[in-house]
Amino acid sequence: MKSPVAAFVAFFIGAIVLAGYFIPASPLQSIRSSILDWTVVLAGVAGLVAILNLVFGVHIKRIREKAPRTGFSWAVIITFFIVFIAGVIFGPTHPSIQKVVTYVQFPVEASLMAMLAITLAYASLRLLQRQRNWMGIVFFVSTLFFLVVNSGVFSFSSDVPLLRTLVSAAHQLPVGGARGILLGIALGSLATGVRILIGADRPYNN
Amino acid sequence: MGNLESTLGLIIVLVTVALILVLSLKSWRAKHPPVFRSIPAIQRLRRALGLSVEEGTGIHISIGKASLLQPSSTSAFVRLATLHRLAQMSATSDQPPVSTSGDGSLAVLSQDVLIAAARESNTLQMYQSDHGQLSGVTPLSFVAGALNVVNDPRIKANILIGNFGPEAGYLSTASEQNDAFTLAASDSLSAQAVFYATASEPLIGEELYAVPGYLQYSPAHQSSLQTQDILRWVLAAAMIGGAILKMVGVI
Repeated sequence: MKSPVAAFVAFFIGAIVLAGYFIPASPLQSIRSSILDWTVVLAGVAGLVAILNLVFGVHIKRIREKAPRTGFSWAVIITFFIVFIAGVIFGPTHPSIQKVVTYVQFPVEASLMAMLAITLAYASLRLLQRQRNWMGIVFFVSTLFFLVVNSGVFSFSSDVPLLRTLVSAAHQLPVGGARGILLGIALGSLATGVRILIGADRPYNN
Repeated sequence: MGNLESTLGLIIVLVTVALILVLSLKSWRAKHPPVFRSIPAIQRLRRALGLSVEEGTGIHISIGKASLLQPSSTSAFVRLATLHRLAQMSATSDQPPVSTSGDGSLAVLSQDVLIAAARESNTLQMYQSDHGQLSGVTPLSFVAGALNVVNDPRIKANILIGNFGPEAGYLSTASEQNDAFTLAASDSLSAQAVFYATASEPLIGEELYAVPGYLQYSPAHQSSLQTQDILRWVLAAAMIGGAILKMVGVI
């Protein structure tokens, strides 16, 4: 059974935070800020719970069940415990811990991002195979068009008034499109927020 | 925020509340049943779910990396609603759905949602601790962890729905390479562009928010879609009206 108490607490807290956003009364602001501080602490605890589940509930379980490719699970578990223990002993701002981030995590992530460029270039080449419709063609042509426009090929256009206007107009097109999409997303966010506030959606109360 | 902006914001929220409540009423819905345009990707998602249940293959739902503390958290709630509905729809499958996320609180909520869906369908004994997992805490570690699930040979449908960055291209590309059904939707513009190029069933813009409503999750989801449509028309009229008034020099 879904608890009406949880729904009421969620509605009450949500209404206070929302009211604190619109009404500039100082008591409301301080309550809102305290609630948001609690949320940050709770989210931190939830993060720790989820990480422990990743280590014990996912990777140790994989090793115990002798799943294929358990080497990755061993790597996750050993690395987690080394970094966790070192983090607890030295603190997250210690230079040695920072070195792990600077010399291990950043380079690995940077190389993954570099590989992503190649993956996406290959995917773009296959775009017309996958999206064989007029939207796919428009997407492909506009990708090429804006690649050319933003590459600086038209840098001489500042001397030609008509071309300068056309290039400037071309630069505005993606901004307009992005705003249209973002307005739709904003309306979706508003409706979702309201649905949760009035208790029609209860992800916290299953 | 100025007084005018605050008042306007409050009015918009109250109007949205009123519209959702009125449009959810049984009597209103009986008189004016909601009719939505068809989104082929969601129709194909239903078919993929049916196939997955019949064949006993798995479904992977990746709900992204947005923290509940960020402004993009509303899309997180849409993802959880979608996860619940998909878990309900695939309840009779031999393979319960697996969810991956890139945020701790979202991972805990996703486990809660999966347990609730399993309890509703009396399949709680099939739920395991790795069905709702945090696959990584940074964008790229999240993708690297989720790739492990995408590449599982038992997974034949990947639903990527939520807040992603361009790195999610790895997930959609891997899914396509495995010949799995791939539906991808995001509230981030860069991820939408990447998904359009790499996924066979991308959703664009606010279609992300339409998924629970189209899967007939609840009357409130469908009425909120209708509310979004009404607000969109009002916004479009206000923008066109404002442009005309600006052109004639009134404002």
